[in-house]
Amino acid sequence: MTALRQTWQVYMRGMRVFRRQPAYLGMTLFQPIIWLLLFGALFKAVTKIPGFHGSYINFLTPGVVIMLAVFSAGWTGMGFIEDINGGVMDRMLASPVWRGALNAGTVAYGAFMIAIQTAMIVLLALILGADFKGGVGGVLLLIVIASLLGAAVTSLSNGVAMLARQRETLIGAVTFVQLPLTFLSASLMQGSLLPGWIKTVSKFNPVNWAVEAGRSVAMEKTDWGLVGSRVGLLAALALLCAMFATRAFTKYQRSL
Amino acid sequence: MEVAIEAQGLRKTYPPAVTALDGLSLAVGTGTIFALLGPNGAGKSTTVRVLTTLTRPDSGSARVAGIDVLADPVSVRRAIGVVGQKHGSDPEATGRENLVLGGEFYGITGRELAQRVSEGLERFGLVDAADRPAKTYSGGMQRRLDIAMGLLHRPQVLFPDEPTTGLDPEARVDMWREIERLAAQELMTILLTTHYMEEADRLASELAIVDRGRIVAAGTPEGLKSDLKGDAIHIELAEPGDAEARLALERVAEIDEVALDEVTLDGRTLRARARDGGAAIPAVLAALEAHGVRAASVTVARPSLEEVYLRHAGRAFHQAEIGYGEVAA
Repeated sequence: MTALRQTWQVYMRGMRVFRRQPAYLGMTLFQPIIWLLLFGALFKAVTKIPGFHGSYINFLTPGVVIMLAVFSAGWTGMGFIEDINGGVMDRMLASPVWRGALNAGTVAYGAFMIAIQTAMIVLLALILGADFKGGVGGVLLLIVIASLLGAAVTSLSNGVAMLARQRETLIGAVTFVQLPLTFLSASLMQGSLLPGWIKTVSKFNPVNWAVEAGRSVAMEKTDWGLVGSRVGLLAALALLCAMFATRAFTKYQRSL
Repeated sequence: MEVAIEAQGLRKTYPPAVTALDGLSLAVGTGTIFALLGPNGAGKSTTVRVLTTLTRPDSGSARVAGIDVLADPVSVRRAIGVVGQKHGSDPEATGRENLVLGGEFYGITGRELAQRVSEGLERFGLVDAADRPAKTYSGGMQRRLDIAMGLLHRPQVLFPDEPTTGLDPEARVDMWREIERLAAQELMTILLTTHYMEEADRLASELAIVDRGRIVAAGTPEGLKSDLKGDAIHIELAEPGDAEARLALERVAEIDEVALDEVTLDGRTLRARARDGGAAIPAVLAALEAHGVRAASVTVARPSLEEVYLRHAGRAFHQAEIGYGEVAA
């Protein structure tokens, strides 16, 4: 109970920034539009590649949802670095607050952002003529899947932030990981058209797990076996990353 | 004396080879204001971080409010309030939201929390600013919010780390009054760190001088000063040639009329200690004159904490601060 209340308080910290900084809010809302339109225009011709089936907007939408989840979650750790620099982190750690709540609150906030961005993308995709076979339930499941991946990335980002304590290091780590993970997956290109080695690598890529499962629930006749296994993998990963983030607090305190 | 804080042989080194604490021990009586006085980098903040469970020492032990900080850090956290050197408040949140956040972290909820939050806002003069983001607060208001947050869960021991650094003189005096009030009326034990001699002198019922990770002297401000046994005499020599200065040192040390102690030479400054500084001056000047050494200025100082520091740390306080700056840069 206390853990939940404390998680809620940490979540509210993020929400306050979101509500009170109009520029931030605007960027969060419009970023999805830009990505979807940009990639939609850029990759329109891929439908002409032999072996590609279906409409590209149907194909692309879940890919962009997952990609944005990774992108926005990756930067969460910046908040921790600001907290460290401002003395907020030390104050929180000198209190009996449950360490897990400090991470879980930002994960919850990340899930909220992912939900909003996904809703924006879905709306725009509908206007562009996408056909969501999974219906409302499928879209909701897509949000859950994106949030699970987002949770893992958020925790990872938080943990790295606590260990590195420097913006530059976190920026380096995030940019190093984000784009390769996105492109080593079927986010933007149909899995059967990926080069062999990328196909192999993508089997171990959590971004690809999320894309496959998300596409299946939202756009296709859902393959529940595939969705179940991918969601299981993502949940396990999210838990592992949360443990890493919580342990990072102890590491950080050792170094004080 | 009932002991609220005690530390034994605390040691901590940071890689590669910075010794922050070098066997530091201290004891603080319940309900007293205890000041850790020392230049930047002396180990004061590290001591506070260990006592507030923020970090662990490499070796040594400590108890706060009767609880072992290493064995049961969570219970210690419930018993203490921490006011860090940096502002601990969330700049994006309002004063009220910051207090609520802090309270929830200590498991205080509902009506109880709401009441304590409004009490805190009132007591620290933040009612009008309660619903403004903390980043819009002045330095003094920020500090008051920090203290209000540190007190919300009614701790037995409060740790203000450099509580008045960066405050204007008026806000500083306000902070002093508040700290005195907490100790006097609420019988709270307060361990503060400061590098202001004046602050330690005014506030502390007991103080410890920290230098290079150890406590080099401890006692009441009055006791430490009277241990110096007499006034300090400073003589600036007019011709600061090395030979003249050394000659002057010898001459002054040989004076028989008055008993001088601790005659030292530091550049062109000659220092000595006499039971009655004013009475010793004529004899000292006469001795210098007789050997052709001229004095540019003479000052006699009543014993001060500055003097106490000089004596126990073996160097002047401001020099220690400068030295630290060079190392840090």
